[in-house]
Amino acid sequence: MNAYQEFRIIGSRPVRPDGLDKVTGRARYGADLSMQGQLYGHAVRSPHAHAIIQSIDCSKALAMEGVLAVMTGDDLVKPGNEMLGSGEGAMALKDLVPMVMSQGKVLFHSQAVAAVAATSPELAAEAARAVEVTYEVLPAVTNVHKALAPDAPVLHHDRFPDDYPAKPTNLATHISLTVGEPDAAFARADVIVEQTYSVPMCHQGYIEPHACVARVDAAGRVDLWCCTQGHFAARHFTSAATGIDLGKITVTASEIGGGFGGKTTIYLEPLAVVLAQKAGRPVKMVMDRGDVFRATGAAPGAETRVKLGATRDGKLVAADVDCLMDSGAYNGGPAAFPVYMATACYKLTDARSTGRSVYTNKPKIHAYRAPSMPQVTLGFELAITELAAELGIDPIEFRLINAVEEGDANMMGAPYNRIGLRECLEVARNHDHYKSSLTDGVGRGVAMGYWINAGMQSSAILNVSPDGHVAVLTGSPDIGGSRASMALMAAEVLGIPFDHVQPQVVATDSVGHTDVTGGSRTTLATGQAVIQAAEQCVAEMCRRAAIEWGVEPGVVAWSQGAAHHGDQTLTFEELASRAGTMGGPLTFSSSLNSTSAAPAFGVHICDAEVDKETGRTTITRYTAIQDAGKAIHPDYVEGQMQGGAVQGIGWALNEEYLYNEKGVLENPGFLDYRIPVASDLPFIDAVIVEVPNPLHPFGVKGVGEVPIVPPMPAIAEAVYQSTGVRFRDLPLNPPKIVAALTDSRALLPDPQ
Amino acid sequence: MNKPLNKMAVQTTVNGESTAFLCSPGQVLSDVLRDELELIGTKIGCNTGDCGACSVLVNDRLVCSCLVLAAEVEGQTVQTIEGIAKGGELHPVQQKLLEHGGLQCGICTPGIVVAAKALLEHNPNPTEEQARYWLAGNLCRCTGYDKIIRAVLDAAKTLREEAA
Ligand code: FES
Ligand code: FES
Repeated sequence: MNAYQEFRIIGSRPVRPDGLDKVTGRARYGADLSMQGQLYGHAVRSPHAHAIIQSIDCSKALAMEGVLAVMTGDDLVKPGNEMLGSGEGAMALKDLVPMVMSQGKVLFHSQAVAAVAATSPELAAEAARAVEVTYEVLPAVTNVHKALAPDAPVLHHDRFPDDYPAKPTNLATHISLTVGEPDAAFARADVIVEQTYSVPMCHQGYIEPHACVARVDAAGRVDLWCCTQGHFAARHFTSAATGIDLGKITVTASEIGGGFGGKTTIYLEPLAVVLAQKAGRPVKMVMDRGDVFRATGAAPGAETRVKLGATRDGKLVAADVDCLMDSGAYNGGPAAFPVYMATACYKLTDARSTGRSVYTNKPKIHAYRAPSMPQVTLGFELAITELAAELGIDPIEFRLINAVEEGDANMMGAPYNRIGLRECLEVARNHDHYKSSLTDGVGRGVAMGYWINAGMQSSAILNVSPDGHVAVLTGSPDIGGSRASMALMAAEVLGIPFDHVQPQVVATDSVGHTDVTGGSRTTLATGQAVIQAAEQCVAEMCRRAAIEWGVEPGVVAWSQGAAHHGDQTLTFEELASRAGTMGGPLTFSSSLNSTSAAPAFGVHICDAEVDKETGRTTITRYTAIQDAGKAIHPDYVEGQMQGGAVQGIGWALNEEYLYNEKGVLENPGFLDYRIPVASDLPFIDAVIVEVPNPLHPFGVKGVGEVPIVPPMPAIAEAVYQSTGVRFRDLPLNPPKIVAALTDSRALLPDPQ
Repeated sequence: MNKPLNKMAVQTTVNGESTAFLCSPGQVLSDVLRDELELIGTKIGCNTGDCGACSVLVNDRLVCSCLVLAAEVEGQTVQTIEGIAKGGELHPVQQKLLEHGGLQCGICTPGIVVAAKALLEHNPNPTEEQARYWLAGNLCRCTGYDKIIRAVLDAAKTLREEAA
């Protein structure tokens, strides 16, 4: 039962508090801050994908007039076995430090090997070119199968996976999980489908490149400004990489121009800090777009073998999933999520799931929106669709027969609480889109998706000013409208107007620890902290009113933004303006480690038409249906659903990292790495389903990630329905489609 | 310190104000706007003309300011995102983006506002398809463009009603 059942302004669509600054160009993002006397940092990057650094000579660069500092990997800590961070951003220090700057070995092209700071960006670039680095070049491997071959160049000679202790290999992780007796269950199946599906490595594609400014004061205290999904994580990682005490670093999060998981880590921050320390002046660093593609983020490519068995009546009885993922140069642990979650939408008591991740000479992979789930779900959901077709059952009907509901467990073991998957499927089945007939040449696909969603640590401070306005301070960077959610939740509890709440994202010293904006956790967990702080405020105001009236606090009720007892009333404004004489300033704080997260489920319907001559796929209609628990600000819930769906469309149709045999990325720019543009798309119909999360006072469920999970299988099926050719390897770009259609035409009987 | 060697003096009008700046011959307009004139509303997503975040108007023509040499605006008029709202009153495109929730992270928003304003000056009554093709040079990774296109079409309607 949710603590709040009826809402006054939750679910309305006010203009976001930070909107005006963002439509007028005043909002300050990572690259928008400059400090007096600042220098410009520039990284020297490796021209090789795999090499041993023999020497680095910075003397010529340092001798240039206007060059004030140089650094190499020797200026960062020598990492041991520490683990940093949590959730999507977790990583080992021994992976973080060399990822930020090589310490002797280069494992991917454009890895930073040194950096310089100079008085102008041009001079810094020139000085970077003057740094002399000699390399012993090693053969590079960018393909996971080649990386697993016995004669492959090995990236990490000091890493021995548990099951291959004898000699180092490029196998980074190998996890396996079995529930029930899948082999026996397959023997009971009437129909079995077994196929392999693949998805390429891609990039989160945020429009804002990484940027930061660092300043070190005379006492050695560091002030760091950066665009990040989590400034507490940025502080922790920067401290660990530089060896500077955590307590001596203050991080302020700038506005953030997109992240999608890719800004849960650090790249430039420790470089700017070390250069600022050495030069005694602030240092600003902005990454070039090409380096963003070559040296950051990247979501793992994956190959997934899926075997499913069902009985004639449409009951899924067994599953076996084997997912092989690319980890890039360091351990990004991508294989765990597919192992635990591949089957999460389905009632399955007998299943096996295996995941492996492999080192390759590519940037270390990072979280990208529901990390690893789109990749494995392409395989699982397409196999489900293929199985439904073999059984002659409607794809939504087949899913309804097998979809999980409250009380069912997934492979992680814990039974689901109240979830909304079946509700989403019912909405899909009855949606005008699904019922509409298809015109000639247009195909339709349906798929569903799951994401676990995170809770984790959040904090909030609520300060009431004498005029009755309220500042709500949190540590969650606002990546897609979270300030609006925070203000709505505070205003709801306090009973005051939305625009009397000023939500702010404050620096690491100014609010309690808060984990990254990621894992679809901000509205849920930081929102909970805000709700709790607002509830403390209400309780204190009721207590003060009770003293004023000489009654027990328990008899004072709060409603409509005022304390009431009998016919006596004290409004929020009155209590705020008299705070000084009624007990002192009104300030409240709340911190928590939320265990209230509930999983998200979504169902997408896609219509697509393939031009058989050019191979171009046009998405003609798209509907995304999702259980949001309770939509706090529906515009931004719909926005997450639409944005996630379109990222999935891009990945399905075009996006792909293309490497040459030397390990050099051949499409490191938006011209050749083509993300969807406005003219590629129809409107994306977003349908919010609300099955409240019983663990959250308002019923909130995380919404940000799951929308990227269903698109790839939905689109691949629609393309199959349009062309009659089954594609199991993405992206479905025009050359691939033309080639396949040409092949299939060649097989047709001669029309003569 | 920066050596002022080899700098050119440029006289121009930016957001209605007569403005002079020094730049090197190879410097692009976006750099001068952001670093010299402190107009940081013009954003840089790529520096190669592929993302549209740096969109500005030069003599009312929509350009990527990362592809225009700063020296080229000598004697021209430049309008940036900072000059779109007049006297504190938002342009309908700005207002409608706010009302429709047409921004998430907001990094693409200045470029979208400038480009959409230019569209509506060329074509007061665009179809959905025309709006989509006009804005095809402005990348947005967050929104899927749905609410942006709705906002632009709605702003067009407002402008037509104001003109009627
Ligand atoms: S920064 Fe100019 S088009 Fe991207
Ligand atoms: S709102 Fe983030 S890129 Fe458009």
